[in-house]
Amino acid sequence: MKGMNHADAAEAFIADEPRTDWHDDTLWFVREKRDKAAHGIPEWEQLREWASLIKNNVLSNMSKYLVEFEAKAIANGIKVHWAKDAADHNNIILSIIQENNVKKIVKSKSMLTEECHMNEFLIAKGVEVVDTDLGERIVQFRNEAPSHIVLPAIHLKKQDVSETFHKHLGTEKGNNDPQYLTQAARIHLRDKFIASDLAITGVNFAVAETCGFVVCTNEGNADMGAHAAKIHIACMGFEKIIPKAEHLAVFLRLLARSATGQPITTYSSHFSKPKADQQLHIVIVDNGRSRQLGREDFRNSLKCIRCAACFNTCPVYRRSGGHSYHTAVAGPIGSILNPNLDMKANADLPFASTLCGSCSNVCPVKINIHEQLWKWRQVITAEGLAPKSKQIAMWGMSELLARPSIYRFAGKAGRWVMRVFPFLTNNKLNLWYKQREMPEPPKESFRDWYQKNKK
Amino acid sequence: MNIALFVPCYIDQFYPQVAITTLQLLEKLGCDVSFPLNQTCCGQPMANSGFAAMSKGCDKNFVENFRGFDYIVAPSGSCVLHIKEHLHDEQDPVAAEKIRKSVYELTEFLVDILKTTSLNASFPFKVGLHTSCHGQRGLHLASMSELVAPAFSKPATLLGMVKGIEVTRPKRVDECCGFGGTFCVFEEAVSVKMGKDRIAEHEDNDVEYITGVDTSCLMHLEGILKRNGSKVKTIHIAEILNSQL
Amino acid sequence: MSAREAILEAIIANQPAGNSLPEIDVNAMIQYDDLVAQFKLVLEGIGGRLIQVADNDAVQDMINEISKDKETIVNALEPTEALVRQLETLSLSSLAMVDLAIIRGSYGVAETGAVWVDEKQMVIRILPFICEQLVFVLDRAGLVTNMGEAYQRINTFETGFGVFIAGPSKTADIEQSLVIGAHGPKQSVVILVG
Repeated sequence: MKGMNHADAAEAFIADEPRTDWHDDTLWFVREKRDKAAHGIPEWEQLREWASLIKNNVLSNMSKYLVEFEAKAIANGIKVHWAKDAADHNNIILSIIQENNVKKIVKSKSMLTEECHMNEFLIAKGVEVVDTDLGERIVQFRNEAPSHIVLPAIHLKKQDVSETFHKHLGTEKGNNDPQYLTQAARIHLRDKFIASDLAITGVNFAVAETCGFVVCTNEGNADMGAHAAKIHIACMGFEKIIPKAEHLAVFLRLLARSATGQPITTYSSHFSKPKADQQLHIVIVDNGRSRQLGREDFRNSLKCIRCAACFNTCPVYRRSGGHSYHTAVAGPIGSILNPNLDMKANADLPFASTLCGSCSNVCPVKINIHEQLWKWRQVITAEGLAPKSKQIAMWGMSELLARPSIYRFAGKAGRWVMRVFPFLTNNKLNLWYKQREMPEPPKESFRDWYQKNKK
Repeated sequence: MNIALFVPCYIDQFYPQVAITTLQLLEKLGCDVSFPLNQTCCGQPMANSGFAAMSKGCDKNFVENFRGFDYIVAPSGSCVLHIKEHLHDEQDPVAAEKIRKSVYELTEFLVDILKTTSLNASFPFKVGLHTSCHGQRGLHLASMSELVAPAFSKPATLLGMVKGIEVTRPKRVDECCGFGGTFCVFEEAVSVKMGKDRIAEHEDNDVEYITGVDTSCLMHLEGILKRNGSKVKTIHIAEILNSQL
Repeated sequence: MSAREAILEAIIANQPAGNSLPEIDVNAMIQYDDLVAQFKLVLEGIGGRLIQVADNDAVQDMINEISKDKETIVNALEPTEALVRQLETLSLSSLAMVDLAIIRGSYGVAETGAVWVDEKQMVIRILPFICEQLVFVLDRAGLVTNMGEAYQRINTFETGFGVFIAGPSKTADIEQSLVIGAHGPKQSVVILVG
């Protein structure tokens, strides 16, 4: 699906309709679990409002909080690095690896490292990189990108996983039992945890007031990696900073419920100092975030806590799959973050939406996703990135709609043509007509009727 | 109160009966309704495609036609939402602002302004209610399943006043139909799949009709229904509210 | 210019003004009449087990009961210097053989079924993750109603590491089928005292 725009990739995905239905139902089920959890908290909408306001405050005080965090982190024995972009980030990681003669690393979920294409970079330098989140390990074996930021292998059926594990782990051929497969992964990855010198984790929240950061998992893989390794590197986009520890109550109460419908993830690990014989590093990354911060219409997208509730509710995502978005972060939030990273490559994404608005309603931090999608469309078009044919058609439409008599003439003529020469519209060239009948063209418009009957 | 009827372009051209019924319904409810003759379109198809900058001529024409009315009513949630959020006129910002504040979708006009509590209507059929997104989430015509908030629906409230009708809801009560403006052709595969899935849920309820406040949604669903030879018909809510034995 | 300076300069130039912090009212957050009942409900819903005992003597009996068929047991309730040294020097492969770890928790949260434990209580950080089965001993007085109250009571960054643990490790990454026992413990028990 690489190189394809969303519309084409989505069409290919939908060609397998039963599988599309399965993918859609599976993700809708996650949305339903989220609804059940949210409705169990009477103050749910208040929580969202608080989370939104806290994150708004973070946007306004980003530099202050980051500097505060850094100072305390350093005082706690944490090494703090700053990375301007993806290449910077990858090079910092590599230098830590090389300085310490590390050969094998384990990594728990970090969309940031996906965004920076860190795995490919390190593997090319001869480092063994093992993704330890079960979903991510599965897609790593298959040489695929994750299709969902919380459920990386949601696009795969258990038969697919079984085949992959049979190939790479020697599990029984045809044994699709998730329990059996998970146990096999547990054993395999335990060896990796034990053998690795260095662990990379993401950061769900970094706290300015106390220094310290939180990593949330259900599997325990971030902790198994971090506590077993001599070196722990935590990578964060700078927007992950929050002001105070007490705010974690708000965010943790929203995060897992929004993501999977659980009250909380199994592990909410709070790190603030390295352990005795360990190095703890934090890499703070920009990679376009400061530019997004400067965009008045789009800076709110930096409030995102990566829960993927917007993915699960999006009727387009559910029917096109994460790979159709050709980026590390897919779904509605990806469509407002990615054009900032590369507008040309991601010009299709804001159009992969009907602007239904469901995403904005499930967002725990109240990002106005659907409004930003609309605004990105204007920016992308102004940059000249709309297809020429569309530009011409739209210009034609704008001229027509500004001139009432031409509009009326075009309408009458169009309907006449449709009645007398239906084959001109009822054919393969008309995209509407592929799977839908055209509306019946009436002889009179409403205005014609009104003139006759009312004037 | 002087009321102007705003007729969305595709209703004017392809579904004039929706506008006729809307006019008749408003008059039945005691309204004095004008129809500005030179209206064309609200400009949404261009704006949603990224060409809002090209809509100045269209906006200017809209302001010229609709200035000076107490209320502007349209049988469409998405067109009304677009005007509310995006209508501007550099030459006459005051008039544009007044229009933004006085434009209403039909069901919200009946419930909130006319305060309709009964209708002399009869429609003894099983009808599936489709919740059009822009009306619901944009104009708050109904509660939203994502939010923890009390349930309500202005369209459903009005349908409840119609004799003999049986109203059903699809399982996914407010999932989008997939029309989405130019999305319906530029992302044709997803658009149609979404429409098919909506229809399947209504067919599970054995409905005879699917209704809603937006003809755009209904036009898209109707296209799929007809292509698949279904007996289910689509009908705009105005036609139900104005129907008689 | 260093990356740090460049990034901070860009942030300062681009960050918006305004946006003060909201007041978080913990009293507006969900409350439960029966903390134990709620804690039990949630914990069991996430695959954990709650055992209530009257006092500390009963705790030892319960531990004996649970330990019956286990080979390698680490009881970290009152860690001696010897135990600490042993745990700190054991290899990871040996630690992976721990069938049962018993750790004292300081707080339990009724809303989420989670137990808070800090690095002093776990002796070594990896212990509550690497064992096959994890048992917490928690005082009933340590139960709080929700996460808001938890953060009021706990200084979560006081020691270098602490964690809220809610039930056994799990995953649903394979076709959304819930599997209890991913990389952390496969079973999780809370012995509630008092």
